[in-house]
Amino acid sequence: MAQEICFVQGNEACALAAMYAGLDFFAGYPITPSTEIAETLSARLPEAGKKFIQMEDEIASMCAIIGASLTGRKVMTATSGPGFSLMQESLGYAVMAEIPCVIANVQRGGPSTGNPTHVSQGDVNQARWGTHGDHSIVTLTASNHQDVFKMTVEAFNIAETYRTPVILLFDEIVGHMREKLIIPEQGEVELVDRLRTSVREGVNYHPYLPREDGRLPMSDFGGVHRYNVTGLYHDMWGFPTDKAEVVHDLVHHLVKKIDYAANAIAHHVPYYLDDARTVLISYGSSARSALSVVEHLRRRGEKIGLLELQTIWPFPAQLVREYVAKAEVVGVVEMNMGQLINSVKLAVDDPRRIYLINRVDGRLITDKDIKQTLRVIQGEGV
Amino acid sequence: MTEDTSVRDYLRERFFPHMWCPGCGHGIVLNGLVRAVKELGINKNELVMVSGIGCSSRISGYVDFHSLHTVHGRALAFATGVKLSKPGLNVIVPMGDGDALSIGGNHFIHAARRNINITALVMNNRTYGMTGGQCSPMSGVGIKASTAPYASIDNSFDCVELARAAGATFVARTTVAHVNQLSELIKKAIGHNGFSVVEIFSQCPTYFGRKNKLGGAVDMLKAFKEMTVPLGSEKKKGNPALFERGIFVEKELPEYCQAYDQVIARAQKR
Repeated sequence: MAQEICFVQGNEACALAAMYAGLDFFAGYPITPSTEIAETLSARLPEAGKKFIQMEDEIASMCAIIGASLTGRKVMTATSGPGFSLMQESLGYAVMAEIPCVIANVQRGGPSTGNPTHVSQGDVNQARWGTHGDHSIVTLTASNHQDVFKMTVEAFNIAETYRTPVILLFDEIVGHMREKLIIPEQGEVELVDRLRTSVREGVNYHPYLPREDGRLPMSDFGGVHRYNVTGLYHDMWGFPTDKAEVVHDLVHHLVKKIDYAANAIAHHVPYYLDDARTVLISYGSSARSALSVVEHLRRRGEKIGLLELQTIWPFPAQLVREYVAKAEVVGVVEMNMGQLINSVKLAVDDPRRIYLINRVDGRLITDKDIKQTLRVIQGEGV
Repeated sequence: MTEDTSVRDYLRERFFPHMWCPGCGHGIVLNGLVRAVKELGINKNELVMVSGIGCSSRISGYVDFHSLHTVHGRALAFATGVKLSKPGLNVIVPMGDGDALSIGGNHFIHAARRNINITALVMNNRTYGMTGGQCSPMSGVGIKASTAPYASIDNSFDCVELARAAGATFVARTTVAHVNQLSELIKKAIGHNGFSVVEIFSQCPTYFGRKNKLGGAVDMLKAFKEMTVPLGSEKKKGNPALFERGIFVEKELPEYCQAYDQVIARAQKR
């Protein structure tokens, strides 16, 4: 297929990227502002001979994609805050049982029903710690449709590489905004398929015995290796165990396989950071406003830059520390009461120079909002 | 009669002894299930057992099939993903009464509504055994449980009527005291093309029996014989409290995965 240029919503860009990445199976439940992802895929997947199902709720949607993934398929669901809350238990199951899957959460206002049609970035910490128990997780985001496409494909690649759920944390503005998208030719972007076991029939296959590199080759349900998958602590056979040393190794494996990959999957875009004395850190739609501020103030000679994060979990601490090392002031621009800022503060030596620049009334934070707060931080008043 | 050891080919003996209490009825269900699968001659590689949480759900670990032991109440939702993505696989979902009809009630009725070709086995012991004998949606009025010390005031579901009303195209009931019927019904349910439900009364002497002074496992098994009659029996007319055993629903309607093939055909014709 040749390169295609289109004018679409961010949600459509996400759906088209999922198709590009080789999505086989989608299960979902309608919820604003993510529904266009399900709608687009309900048309595209059957056209490609693949499966779409509208489940009875978000809980069932998350469960269904895990079941489908085990048969060897690339799978996805999409939702927003309330539905994301409902998915948390089985999201933890996918962490524990190491099931590749992609969950798009197009953020809206909250807590509770909040405001379905307005923007927020309030689920940053829920993406990290929404499910119970100790674990690591991968969460990607994007501020424009080309990056929505790129990060969605990357989400599938990471999920299949590390056998993990990957959360795509978009927001209502990016999801509903229309802009240009260039769909690359097939083959232009590398696609990763899961590692499958080379163990032959009749030879013992240990589904949960990590190789030296930490990876676990899979065997599809329906194949020659019949094994157990469980959300309980389990041994290399996938059978429940409470042996202390096995449990210890399992919890360490689940956390480290993601944390050790943090630098390799730390997607980000630096803007004007080489000589920046003031550094803005942002992600998603608020990064668009932050970039507008930076470009405006640069024209006036101010040494200001933007670090746009596209991987927010695992938090790219090393990268953030390096980029803000010479900054006098760091402003974290996000549409919540301060979520990612906590990780920024932990990453740097002097957290006192880290300031929150936010807006939480359901409206997009504007360049004017950011400039106003910046002037206060810089001691220039409103 | 010599012991039939061929069922052992279907078990993961490495994981025995099993974790069920002495006198539990669930081992009989395991036996009936394995015999059914054996008699049907299903290739072990083409069978997936999907279960949730509870005593009943551990059955999936003991069988030498693909086994997916999931979260509480959601086994049918996981199973729907397995089945729709690979319709060639046989999918069996053993559940307890709390797993299937309380926390999993929504998934139960929707799987039935879709008529997806999955076999649901509801192992009904009227209690939450794993957590220590709490009240379940199948306990019924007047039953004592660790969360109903003054006896339950909650009505119970009728699993058969619920499955029928929700659209299941094969619905049957039996007990672990009727082992031949148990195996036969599971066989028919697996062979049925659509959503099939077999409710199986199974005893929990440890909690349900003890708390309600029903005696030991043998007494409870005898009670299953006394409280049930074959479907259509005259005895039922004289004593409506009796439970009927047999096949209540068996009909052919479009199966979900096959209907989905038509969706693909329509999408590709556009």
